[in-house]
Amino acid sequence: MARIAGVDIPREKRVEIALTYIFGIGLPTSQKILAATAVSPDTRVKDLTDEETQKIRREIEDRYKVEGDLRREVSMSIKRLMDIGCYRGQRHKLGLPVRGQKTKTNARTRKGPRRTVAGKKMATK
Amino acid sequence: MARSRKKGPYVDTKLLRKVENMNEGTAKRVMKTWSRRSTIVPAMIGHTIAVHNGRIHIPIYISENMVGHKLGEFAPTRKFGGHAGQERSSRVR
Repeated sequence: MARIAGVDIPREKRVEIALTYIFGIGLPTSQKILAATAVSPDTRVKDLTDEETQKIRREIEDRYKVEGDLRREVSMSIKRLMDIGCYRGQRHKLGLPVRGQKTKTNARTRKGPRRTVAGKKMATK
Repeated sequence: MARSRKKGPYVDTKLLRKVENMNEGTAKRVMKTWSRRSTIVPAMIGHTIAVHNGRIHIPIYISENMVGHKLGEFAPTRKFGGHAGQERSSRVR
């Protein structure tokens, strides 16, 4: 029933929170949307009137880039960086941190699970 | 912090002069520069600029969507060929 911007159907929650289940909408954006449509952030999604749902839906469609469109934009930006061959693009290609973090240790989010190298000496005390 | 709008993009005056001279004439040559800190401006599109990486000049053909980046971003200063004895297959996507 509560279907906004594609497939997202959060029901029992307050609208304010429920909207953040949409990719591209966080709390601040959600609050802005509700202020613009004059819907109380405390109403539960199931209690929304059809009119209110409609208003929110239109607001999001007109003003915000969400879900697929947003995902596409993000991956296009990354692709652009990789295509022009700049430093940031190279880092994306290599799967290493892009913003100058250290890679001697940590950086596991980008590098993935550890691949232990055989025969590498352990530090001795 | 980002640079003030008022000042406009930073380009070394020396490099900018070189580019403008090149735009006036028809001859296209690779221009060497050490100015990695210069922003790529629309005037440079279509030229090849050889950017110093600390050792050699790396020729870079400037295309349209490079505008706004710095020259240094295109000439890596470090060289990493992978670790000794490492399979190269998983690294390249």
